[in-house]
Order: sequence, then structure tokens, then C-alpha cells
Amino acid sequence: MAEENRAFTAASFNTYLTKEKKLVGVRCRACGTLSPEPRPMCHSCHGRDMEWYEFSGKGKLSTFTCIYIVPAHMMEKGYGRDNPYCTGIVTLEEGPRLSARIVGVDAANPKDIKTGTEVILELAEVDSESPTPTFRPT
Amino acid sequence: MSTASRKRQLGRPVSIVSAGMSRFGAFPDKDSRDLFVESFQDMLDNLDQGIDVRDIECAYVGNYSSDLFEHQGHAAPIIADWLGLTPMPVTRIENACASSGSALREGIMAIASGLYNIVLVGGMEKMTSLPTEGVTDVLATAADGLYEVPAGLTFPGIFGAIATAHMDRYDTNLDQLLKVGIKNHKNGALNPKAQFNVTIQGLMERRMARAQERGQPVPEYATEIDFLNDPGANPWVAWPLRLYDCAPITDGAACVLLVASEIAKNFSDKPIELAGTGQASGRPLHDADELTSLSATKAAAGAAYEMAGVTADDIQVAEVHDCFTIAEIIATEDLGFFAPGEGGRAVDEGRTALHGDKPINTSGGLKAKGHPVGASGVAQVAEIFHQLRGEAAGRQVNKPDLELGLTHNLGGTGGTCVVNILRRSS
Repeated sequence: MAEENRAFTAASFNTYLTKEKKLVGVRCRACGTLSPEPRPMCHSCHGRDMEWYEFSGKGKLSTFTCIYIVPAHMMEKGYGRDNPYCTGIVTLEEGPRLSARIVGVDAANPKDIKTGTEVILELAEVDSESPTPTFRPT
Repeated sequence: MSTASRKRQLGRPVSIVSAGMSRFGAFPDKDSRDLFVESFQDMLDNLDQGIDVRDIECAYVGNYSSDLFEHQGHAAPIIADWLGLTPMPVTRIENACASSGSALREGIMAIASGLYNIVLVGGMEKMTSLPTEGVTDVLATAADGLYEVPAGLTFPGIFGAIATAHMDRYDTNLDQLLKVGIKNHKNGALNPKAQFNVTIQGLMERRMARAQERGQPVPEYATEIDFLNDPGANPWVAWPLRLYDCAPITDGAACVLLVASEIAKNFSDKPIELAGTGQASGRPLHDADELTSLSATKAAAGAAYEMAGVTADDIQVAEVHDCFTIAEIIATEDLGFFAPGEGGRAVDEGRTALHGDKPINTSGGLKAKGHPVGASGVAQVAEIFHQLRGEAAGRQVNKPDLELGLTHNLGGTGGTCVVNILRRSS
């Protein structure tokens, strides 16, 4: 994606996710550090020469929680004490981790959800109003 | 050598000569300024030799979000006014739940720099003005609003994810989490200013009595753990954390009076020296080095231990940031009190109990004393101040040579950590 010259901002990240259906972060051309978040400067070597980098969307569920006391933006979607949702941290096959919604699991039975489960990006579930990477078990 | 690893020392020694707290709890009729005044008056009452309050030269006030809780920005000059101390300079410090820990460091540095001799540092939060969901939203603004919050992560949710990882990696279990709460409530029952001045056993008996009064079936709980395993009494908040794994929503304030150590005896018979202080920042959990540890705690503690010239083993009593039960367990590991993965077992074995070898959260902690977020860092320091002076009454740690205490104040989910080490002056 070396020719891509859009600004390294959350707006660009969200456009990739919702309009172009891709999980695109950045790579530092100086040291190779990858970041799913579109940082304008490398947080490892402070390099300024960043490029867009498309992640495969494959990874593993590293940890998770199922949320019963929900924030307003999730309550609007129908979640709450009787309808919890799962969210967690996914380690991408390229190495970096990110916070993500986890679908396709039974959030009311968290004991059945296992860390280490292989997951894949689920673009159908990405919400255009508050976009967030969403994954489901493969 | 990078300047980041340089050993740091204060320009001159700083001591605490008094500490005060408001009652912690839910006070529908009181605003944060009222609570701050209450803590200030308590601090003055606790000052051995008194002070002309006009001699206070400067103040720092920790406060997380008066903006969202009370629709009040620019709260600092209001405090100066309500203490009758204008035109004294006063600055509000916001670092989420580490706001007043951070404010304390500003006060320490203001004296260490030589600019001031007498500085007031406090913290305050009025939280019960919003319903639980509203408080959840306000607390979530301490997380990364672009890359954590949209995923549906909440403040309890991120600590829930840490707990899942800790239980996965080590043999930490749900009962050990509950036992942190049982211990802290036991201490809170001995603290007259605590929001939950009651044991879990007491709460269990209340629930049974209430069922009986209403003619409902009386639940049969053999133990506190039984009670805490009843989803009716202890509902899930964010797996694997339940209601009693979470610090409550609290209104409260606390303050301490700092002075240059060379004049401390003018105010106090038993001043407490700030032997070491450290502060660090950390990244969101998804970018953390480990999912079972907070790097900011390790960095802040390392700086504080180095400044004080002590190690984790030397610390005799500590207040750690138990916003959630798992947070206490990982704090005791990250501070070096116990090896990684051993924090849960230490609770099981009673090592962190009031009369254990490493008493943790003798005040009741955030869990039972209450957690008015902007006040918690200074309230922790107030507890250690009283412990080291031997004036903690029913919850006094029973060690004849009690000299060194530590406070650990976390902001958000480890974005900020402040560690202070207090030493009884000889």
C-alpha cells in the first residue's frame, strides 16, 4: 500500500474499515514496527516515514470479558444486564494486538469462551457510526 | 546513560504534617466543594500544633471530572474561595483516578524546588449525581476513546480482561478475587469514615434479615463466599468481575498539608517524611507488554524505591489501588511484594490481612472505604500517615517498628501510576 497517501488519522482508519472493508494500520519504514492504530509517528523508533499496512484479519483471542453493565452506546444497541456482549484483545498473526468486539460466541456463558481461540475479522458486523474491528471464531 | 534512567532526588526534603478526609459515601445534598471543606477542617483538627491558614502558600487539587459529574469546570479557584484562601494559587490536576496522586507530586515538587514552604494538596470527586450507566460512561473516558471504548470496553471490562488473562496464565481463581473484597471490607468495618463500614458477613446478614422481614424465602448462606456466589446478591458486571469485585461509586474528599521538612516540627510532633515518589505512564492494555501486569506500576515503584533507598521487602504497610479485586492482586505483584502469579495465593494465605506480614489496604481500600476517584490517591496517603503515627485506632497495624509505608495510585487502566513511600521521621 506504499502509494497510499491519506493522512494517518482515526478518520482514515475508520474509512478503510467501514467503506473499504479492510483492517489497515501502519508500518514504520525505518524500523518495520507495525501498529493497527494509524500513528503519524513510530512509537518505537520515532521515525516519521510511515506507510499504510493492511493486516490479514487473522489472529487469536488473547483475553476477553463479557460486559453486563454496559455503556450508553452499547445500551442503544440493545445490550444490558440480561443481554451481555463479549469484547477482548486479539493478537493479530502479524504480531500486534488490538481491542476488538468478539461476536459469534455466547457472551452469557463466558466459561465456554476460550482464550487462544483462532478468530477472523468480521466485516459484516462493523458499525459505520462507531466503527471498531470485530472478530469471530473461525 | 539515558536521562530517563537517571536517579532522581528532591531538591530538599518534604514532609506531611497533617491529613484529613471527609466521610466517604453517597451524599445527595453535598457538592464536591462541601466535601473538600469537610476534609480541610478534619486536616486542621488533626494538625498537632495548628496553623494560621493564611500561611498556606499554594494548593493542588486532584479531580477527575467535575465537568461531567457536576457540570463544573475550572474547579480549583472555587476551592480557594470556599477555603477563604484567595488569592492563593491553586491548580486542578486531572490524571483520571490518579489525579490526587499526581497532585501530590506537584505539591512535593513545589516545595522541593524552594518556591514554597507550605502547600495544601487534596482531591475530590462527586460521583453519585449520575446513575450507574452514566458513571460507567464518565469512567470510560479515562480509556482510549478511539481504540478501546468503541470496542465496548468499559473500565470494569478492561480489568475483567486482565483478570481473564491472569486466571489463564496463573492459578488465580474466582474465590481469590472475592477474598480480596472480604479482606478489604473487614478493614473497612474498622474505619468510621468508610463508605462500607461493614463486613461482607454483615452485608450477608442484612440481606437475610431483609428477606425475612418481607416474608420472602431466606437465602441459606453458609459462608461469605456462598453469599458472594449468589448472582442475585452479587451480579456480574464484566466477567469475571462481579459487583463485589468493584469499588463503589463514591462522593468524598481528602487532603494533606505538606511542608519543607526543616520546618515540619513547627506544625507536627510526628511529621511523616516523603521518602520517595515515582510516577509513570503506560499504554492501553492491547499495547501493553503483558496482559497480566501494568508496566506503569513497575516503573513508578522502581523510581520511588530508588529515591527512598529501600526495596519492596522493606515496605511494612501499603495502600494499593484496588479499584477492582484483580487490580489489588496485580498491584501487589507489580510492586514486588509477591512474585508474578503469587498475588492471589498471598490473599488466600492471609498475608495481606491487617495482621499478616504485608498488610494491604488497612483503610478498607477503594473497595470498602470508597473510591471518589479524584480523592483516592491522597486518601491513601492519609491512611499511611495515620498508620505510621500509630493513630489508626481499631485498624492499627500491630508492628512495633512501623516506619515505612507505600501508596500506589493508578489512573485509568494503568495509563498513569503514582507511587509514594512515606517514612516515620526518627
